Amino acid sequence: MDESADIARAVVKTTCPYCGTGCGVDVTVDGDHAKVAGDKEHPTNYGRLCVKGTALGDTVVAQGRLLYPQIRDADGVMVRRSWDEALDHVAARLQGIVDEHGRDAIAWYVSGQLLTEDYYVANKLVKGFVGTANIDTNSRLCMSSAVAGHKRAFGEDIVPVSYDDLELADLIVLVGSNTAWCHPILFQRIVREKERRPEMKIVVIDPRRTATTEMADLHLPLRAGADVRLFNGLLTYLNQHGIVDTAFIERSTSGLKEALDAAEAGGADVRAVAEQCGLDAGQLAEFYRLFAVTERVVTCFSMGVNQSSAGTDKVNAIINCHLLSGRIGKPGAGPFSLTGQPNAMGGREVGGLSNMLAAHMDLESAADRDTVQTFWSSPAIADKPGLKAVDLFDAIDEGRIKAVWIMATNPVVSLPDADKVKRALARCELVIVSDVIEKTDTTAFAHVLLPAQGWGEKDGTVTNSERCISRQRAFVAPLGEARADWWMLAEVARRWGFAAQFAYQDASDIFDEHARLSAWRNDGSRYFDIGGLAGLGTAGYDALQPVRWPVTASVEAAALQAFADGRYYHTDGRARFIATPPRAPVNPVDDEYPLVLNTGRVRDHWHTMTRTGLSATLASHIAEPYVDLHAQDALLSGVSDGTLARVSTRWGSLVARVKISGEMPRGTLFVPIHWNAQYASDARVGGLVNPVVDPVSGEPEFKHTPAKVEAFTVAWHGFVLSRDALPMETHSWWTRVTGAQFNRYELAGRDTDADWPNLARAALGANSNADWLEYEDRSAGLYRAALLVDERIEACIFVSQRSDLPSRAWLSGLFAKDVLSEPDRIGLLVGEPLEAAEDQGPTVCSCWGVGRNRIIDGIRKHGLTTVAALGEKLQCGTNCGSCVPELKVLLAQSRVAA
Amino acid sequence: MTVVSLRRRPRLVVVGNGMAGMRTVEELLKFAPEHYDISVFGSEAHGNYNRILLSPVLAGDKQFADIMLHTREWYAANDITLHAGDPVVRIDRNRRVVVSQSGFQAPYDRLLLATGSKPFVIPVPGHKLPGVIAFRDIADVEAMLSASRSHKRAAVIGGGLLGLEAANGLMRQGMDVTVIHVMDSLMERQLDKPAASLLRSALEKRGLRFLLSAQTAEIIGTDRVTGIKFKDGSEIETDLVVMAVGIRPNFDLAKSAGLYCDRAIVVDDTLQTHTDPRIYAVGECVQHRGAVYGLVAPLWEQARVCAGHLAAVGYKRYPGSVTSTKLKVTGIDLYSAGDFIGGADTEDLVFRDPRRGVYKRLIIRKSDGGDRIIGAVLYGDVADGPWYFELMQKNADISALRNKLLFGRSFCEASGQAA
Repeated sequence: MDESADIARAVVKTTCPYCGTGCGVDVTVDGDHAKVAGDKEHPTNYGRLCVKGTALGDTVVAQGRLLYPQIRDADGVMVRRSWDEALDHVAARLQGIVDEHGRDAIAWYVSGQLLTEDYYVANKLVKGFVGTANIDTNSRLCMSSAVAGHKRAFGEDIVPVSYDDLELADLIVLVGSNTAWCHPILFQRIVREKERRPEMKIVVIDPRRTATTEMADLHLPLRAGADVRLFNGLLTYLNQHGIVDTAFIERSTSGLKEALDAAEAGGADVRAVAEQCGLDAGQLAEFYRLFAVTERVVTCFSMGVNQSSAGTDKVNAIINCHLLSGRIGKPGAGPFSLTGQPNAMGGREVGGLSNMLAAHMDLESAADRDTVQTFWSSPAIADKPGLKAVDLFDAIDEGRIKAVWIMATNPVVSLPDADKVKRALARCELVIVSDVIEKTDTTAFAHVLLPAQGWGEKDGTVTNSERCISRQRAFVAPLGEARADWWMLAEVARRWGFAAQFAYQDASDIFDEHARLSAWRNDGSRYFDIGGLAGLGTAGYDALQPVRWPVTASVEAAALQAFADGRYYHTDGRARFIATPPRAPVNPVDDEYPLVLNTGRVRDHWHTMTRTGLSATLASHIAEPYVDLHAQDALLSGVSDGTLARVSTRWGSLVARVKISGEMPRGTLFVPIHWNAQYASDARVGGLVNPVVDPVSGEPEFKHTPAKVEAFTVAWHGFVLSRDALPMETHSWWTRVTGAQFNRYELAGRDTDADWPNLARAALGANSNADWLEYEDRSAGLYRAALLVDERIEACIFVSQRSDLPSRAWLSGLFAKDVLSEPDRIGLLVGEPLEAAEDQGPTVCSCWGVGRNRIIDGIRKHGLTTVAALGEKLQCGTNCGSCVPELKVLLAQSRVAA
Repeated sequence: MTVVSLRRRPRLVVVGNGMAGMRTVEELLKFAPEHYDISVFGSEAHGNYNRILLSPVLAGDKQFADIMLHTREWYAANDITLHAGDPVVRIDRNRRVVVSQSGFQAPYDRLLLATGSKPFVIPVPGHKLPGVIAFRDIADVEAMLSASRSHKRAAVIGGGLLGLEAANGLMRQGMDVTVIHVMDSLMERQLDKPAASLLRSALEKRGLRFLLSAQTAEIIGTDRVTGIKFKDGSEIETDLVVMAVGIRPNFDLAKSAGLYCDRAIVVDDTLQTHTDPRIYAVGECVQHRGAVYGLVAPLWEQARVCAGHLAAVGYKRYPGSVTSTKLKVTGIDLYSAGDFIGGADTEDLVFRDPRRGVYKRLIIRKSDGGDRIIGAVLYGDVADGPWYFELMQKNADISALRNKLLFGRSFCEASGQAA
């Protein structure tokens, strides 16, 4: 009792559960609310947090949580069961399927959001005790190309760069990465360094103009999928200009000739390469020149590189350039994979992908298999790679896999050809889902639901992009009967008779075993060695400070920069140049599908929104699913800004709001990955993505699917704001947005003769005596109504034939008021206050809640010209800084207007 | 005498000592105070009072003295001869003389007819019984007040503005009042059905009873009214019947003088009668371009034009009035203007806020490539009535304002500045 009271009061240091940056977070629990602040001592963020991190407190809530184990009964209804019943059922059913169909008939699909300890136990159970390698993870969708590239080049999955190197570099190349939105804190570190040393150069290589390109010295908007050509061109250029570290190449590498031959075959001349990449030759030459003359170069790459049918080649094409110039294993130099998920790296350490074994050991190596099996005392060991994510769900669809346990991920939303995933799960004999959220697109298909602990409840470690291991600590009691994922797995193992091998008391026992395995029979043959962290004990584990691996028993190794000694981890100790003949994306555009669909994240959402969707702060930046495209393509497709469009590919279609941001090059589309059936009628972009994968890494080509855009004609547009959740699923198109004290529904419909006065009353629950205001202009198709209870707004609805509905911002603010004033009431159905300046417009700075209109107004009124001045006046951009690029754009635009 | 007669001022005789006639005289005095010898004949034995304010007198909110516009002293001070309580009964156009009830003969050079209108009394059996009265002048008000002191139950026939005001006044005097209306909706000439039903429920809350779609067949009683019988056979008991079913232009005198009359005395744009250019007519007794008006605003417009011509400084023409009504029925603000019913080619903007007691409707017609207001009904919040009326009179294209129009001028102008 006393202990829990102490937990409640103390500041708990933990780690943010979103992107791979891995920021330290200080949490103070105050009553029901978790107050979140950046951990000033954490070497990643030194106290800073991005918008998503700052809003973490909003997500530590009971809303939507899966609280109890449930099993689908014979009638298809989910019924609450005890843990024992659920686990008995799971253990028996899985055993039954293995007995009947063999061990490869069951599979696990896990997640980069599991903690290392959960991941470790899952991998151990599957590979050592079920004896199959059919365990894959959503990291497959994220950075498996980087892993494969690292392994091909270095012989081991080693990220040779740290965040500190970004501050030592004189040139930072960001490839296929909207760092400003997807790794905001990392980006802020880069920006601050750039401010300190303006001579440092930033080059961004990305088809899109993004918040990241705003800060770049040079933006190369290359043609989608042309990265290999560009870096082959760079390799050729460096070679031609003698930027070759001959001694290093002699001593530490092999394969240069083949790589150079392949590169030169693609075009030895900058102009030819520029043309292939759709770039201006002068700009490309400038980049090559910068790279050539700068010793300290870090090339950061992310999903734009990895998520490609040539993802691994792209990674190697980048690494080749660093190897050739010898810019690796030195301060401020090297290729740097920015991972998407909080614990993608931890998953790789434990071997949680279907083609890995454990502790960076190889599945294909008999010696490694023996090492691991012996260490685990396991009855079996998987001896061939299992199925990678896309193949795994294909196998489910084809009935080869009969049971799947999905942990902490939402494949119905996130996998390519996601409608097929739906179909596969619908056919699957046994679908077990352990998750924190009850209703997701994936839990809908579960036969067994197991409540997992969420962030703040679970306890363990994560490893970020720079190999830094940090503790994620619990600070609240688990809700309902939620348990750790490792516990569920260990309980199943116990039921299978392996209690001794899974006798963990807590996460520290697992971490200890993981650390010992990394050092066991290692003797320097594997760079991943955290033997120095073995034997910490519970107290030592609890107190563990962020630490970058390797942490060997002999301390010196930790201080050493990876590869500084010129030693690599292929058996010959050398790095490999990889020949990367350029390949176009698998599915080219054609007349029917003339546009390239690109997908990605937006600033304030994370994955499938199961958590960020709960936060009103985060929902305010970009509220709706959208498709961004070039104005000319919009014109040719017959759509315009703000209207709805159907985006189709050969695999599926969705409907989203058209946005012409001016950021898209001709011929391309961008659709965010986040929205799904919980938040929108028809916005799951996974359903559109071609199920094409990289032949080496198995990572899907999320960034290149041929697509077309057509107008989605509706008879009316509308929105509803309501304190209570309302059923809106009957409308042709809807999106749900979380507001501060309300739900917001964006709607559109095709019925032309809707009887709005009656429909609206029914939908918003206004009886005939209700305090009900309405405005109708039937000929113009306009209807607006509001429901008040005791002078407080309860709900409102706005409908129009056109998409020119009033701003939701001011109306949203009314929900914060207990009593509407007379002017508020009068303005209510106008949708704006009498004093127009009060409407802030869409939020730009989520941290301080500063809207676009207020910023523009501030710029004009006070003649502000810098982000700093804006921050001083309005606070915007002064916390996490993620909006700074947007502020710069607003400053620039306002100058033009003035 | 001859010298005097050569230099004498022309004589203006005004028939009708009411609001239209006296407003014209007032305007005339402003233009040309010395131009005429003026004499005024009126049937009521008073100076000129504001007939619109009879309702507050009935309700006890005002005294008769409060609503006097022109007292006898005023006539004297302006050198106007007033024949109060002695109406003109004949016009001799050949001799240019009018003859009063008392036999007084007054010659004229210019004659102004402002005979107003008279209440319409439904000629059902019993309509002449004691206790059956109209609501037109101060005598009627006094009769009602006296009845309210000795009787309890009243019935008002007519659910228009006048009827409702009479009913309210009688209720305020302590009577139980039933309003009988032949239509299914109150004030159908000023309000659309939604507004009428709001009004009805508001008045019911205050204690009035309503019988709508009720056709009076007979007023029952032997020596005084005791009840009303309806065509469907039902009956109610009552001690007083107020007939407020409408007014008719009073043009018997003009007609007997041979002036061309249709539904009223026909005048042209200078308010001269069709037949005799020496004779002018203004107010509820005239028919101008086919229209007969029963509201005050057109009277003011007519008075100004007519006075200018009488003063021989006239160049203005009276083009007719678009009417608007701003009414206050027992504290409920109402405003209506133009064609507030609309038709197949019109479009409605409607706002309802029943909790605040607000209903607004604008009737829009698309013409000449724009949206034009052709009518308005406002209930509860009438502040923007005059603005809508102005837009309507200007035939302004409101398409740019359309989405905010009904929310008022301040919203439209605020957004205009922002844009």
